[in-house]
Amino acid sequence: MPNTILIALILLLPLAGFLINGIFGRKYIGKLAGILSTLLLLASFIICLYTAYGYFYQFGMVDGIYQKIVPFEWNWLSFANGLVLKMGFLLDPLSAMMLLVVSFVSLMVHIYSLSYMKGEERFATYYAFLGLFSFSMLGLVLSSNIFQIYFFWELVGVSSYLLIGFYYDRPSAVMACKKAFIVTRFADFGFLIGILVLSYYTGSLDFQTILERLSSPESSETGMALQASFLGISALSWGLILVFIGGAGKSALFPLHIWLPDAMEGPTPVSALIHAATMVVAGVFLVARLFPVYAISGPGVLESVAWVGVISALIAALIACTQTDIKRVLAYSTMSQIGYMIFALGVSGYGGGNNGDIGLGYTASLFHLFTHALFKALLFLGAGVVIHYVHSNEIRDMGGLKKKLPVTHICFLIACLAIAGVPPFSGFFSKEEILYAAWLHEPAIFFIGLISSGITAFYMFRLYFGIFHSRTYKGHETANHAEGGPAILIPLVLLAIGAATAGFIPFGHFVSSDGKPLDMPFHLRFSLAPVLLGLTGILLAGWLYASGSDRPEKIRLALGGFYRLLYRKFYIDEIYLFVTRKFLFNIIGRAAAWTDKNVVDGLVDLLGAATRGLSVLLRGMQSGKVQQYALYFLGGALALAFLFIYVWK
Amino acid sequence: MIEPGLYHVLFISSALFFIGTYGFLTRRNLITMLMSLELILNSVNLNFVAFNKWLWPGKLDGLFFALFVIAIAAAEAAVAIAIIINLYRTHQSIDVEKTEEMKN
Repeated sequence: MPNTILIALILLLPLAGFLINGIFGRKYIGKLAGILSTLLLLASFIICLYTAYGYFYQFGMVDGIYQKIVPFEWNWLSFANGLVLKMGFLLDPLSAMMLLVVSFVSLMVHIYSLSYMKGEERFATYYAFLGLFSFSMLGLVLSSNIFQIYFFWELVGVSSYLLIGFYYDRPSAVMACKKAFIVTRFADFGFLIGILVLSYYTGSLDFQTILERLSSPESSETGMALQASFLGISALSWGLILVFIGGAGKSALFPLHIWLPDAMEGPTPVSALIHAATMVVAGVFLVARLFPVYAISGPGVLESVAWVGVISALIAALIACTQTDIKRVLAYSTMSQIGYMIFALGVSGYGGGNNGDIGLGYTASLFHLFTHALFKALLFLGAGVVIHYVHSNEIRDMGGLKKKLPVTHICFLIACLAIAGVPPFSGFFSKEEILYAAWLHEPAIFFIGLISSGITAFYMFRLYFGIFHSRTYKGHETANHAEGGPAILIPLVLLAIGAATAGFIPFGHFVSSDGKPLDMPFHLRFSLAPVLLGLTGILLAGWLYASGSDRPEKIRLALGGFYRLLYRKFYIDEIYLFVTRKFLFNIIGRAAAWTDKNVVDGLVDLLGAATRGLSVLLRGMQSGKVQQYALYFLGGALALAFLFIYVWK
Repeated sequence: MIEPGLYHVLFISSALFFIGTYGFLTRRNLITMLMSLELILNSVNLNFVAFNKWLWPGKLDGLFFALFVIAIAAAEAAVAIAIIINLYRTHQSIDVEKTEEMKN
């Protein structure tokens, strides 16, 4: 059985890092803060590795099925009527896999930041925030009940907010962190109501109980939740939709994606950790966690989940082609890849058996989450090196860096090949499985996904050629020549190895929707189309951008309005602004302001006026005249006498 | 001729009490106020003696109390007059209206 203390240490070590660096960091620890946090996280990572190994190879599997194990549960708050809020750990293939991903990427980012953030004034604070994030994210994946996950869900939101706004002297960063916080908070409101709906019908907050009671159509709870309806949709579906809205906000799915590109204002390693590899896949994790309920009791909801995912994938891919800020391109590509994971879940069914076709989407989705975390973190860390070198985020300030940054170049190329789905890199395997699952379920989704995958290859290589080829680098030669020390290069190389080889992991043997090992079939003929399309995208990008010709400019002029539509990101931000300014501010905002001014302030003013009036009265009594006091005394004595004689007998 | 009873005495003592109170509340001269206070104390004394005579004739508690009050009243008058003299030294007046420094 798993060791509870060790599992608790996974969380407590980063938390300790947060507390120590947060309280003493700036004054007493200073430059050692990075080393301290990194060592703590290294320990946490080793324990994660040990726990995951133990789970997958020693105690996790019973009778050929991976069990859900709750090694520890503690009644945190006990209310009456069996309403107990618990804190606990849940180990299953999903959380074991996420533990590995989160702790590994977090460790890489910790090491990388040692050099990348060196000399920063708030160095210790930065590491404190990273520790807080690691703690919350690891807590999120280990949560044993849906209330606890909400708790950690908000904590990762807060740490994301703090890290996006890390450079708080830049107005754009301040705006971005507020935007991220408000948008995700808005979505979390849906999540909270969803939690309430689901727990109301199941009478429990535990994942295991909820899954048990809501994932069999015969159970009385499912029946009740299906019968109760609101606006023609059953309560169960409402609960699932609302929970998904929370996930969509965190995972930057259309139309709640607007915060993610702006979140790139944070330090680049943070973008790699939070806004590429771990926090933004929390939505995928959430749907996967409740997957049996979605698949068995809410197929309609799952259908819309799939469509939201595939639309996000396509829209983000299109927008990414036109952006010129390299971090924004990566942000849109993240959104697109998360779209993939989500629609893969959406087209999946529960269970599977040996041929594995039904539950394939689930496994493929999490497989893509796994590989994406590696290659996208690598892309961001590589982009960080480039940005450090040229002191700009704009693609036009780069070019020809192949010779200057050789290691980064190779690593970035590996990551681009992986995300473009070129065999044998990791993205190829996961993406093929996703597309195959989509093909089995719904050809329309498959085709949109296929097109997006071609576009993905195109824009990634637009980025690659734009940064490393296209022209000779003309920037200041003397400013920064080196790529950085081992602290920069080790994470890049480790992640590159992961991104190149992770595809060969028999992922289905570990993670599947029902815990039974799943063989992921490999369909050679099927994978021809995506690979050819990806190669076409790469060649097209090479033809357009590799030599620095004027062809892109011509195409841009030829596309005209469509290009502008994409460049302005489909005007989604403007629509949001319009709606908030015109409707929310005018209707709700004004009414709220009126209520505040007249009702709330009125009450407070009334209280003040009453107090003042009373005090004027009382002040008059305190005249300093002895005889007046004597009169009060006499009045009091008479009143008491009256009371004792006539009232209380 | 009516034999005087408890109620007659109580009537007199009440009258004394309220005359004293009235004097205490309305006179401005501290000496007069002190005299009014003596009236109040004596009305109480009268009550003690009367209750002792008519309600518990065999006991002496009321009489002792009355004696006690007289002794205390003498002490109190001494203290009060000392205060008044001091007041006169600082204010050149024994008008109670002039002593309002305790206010605020």
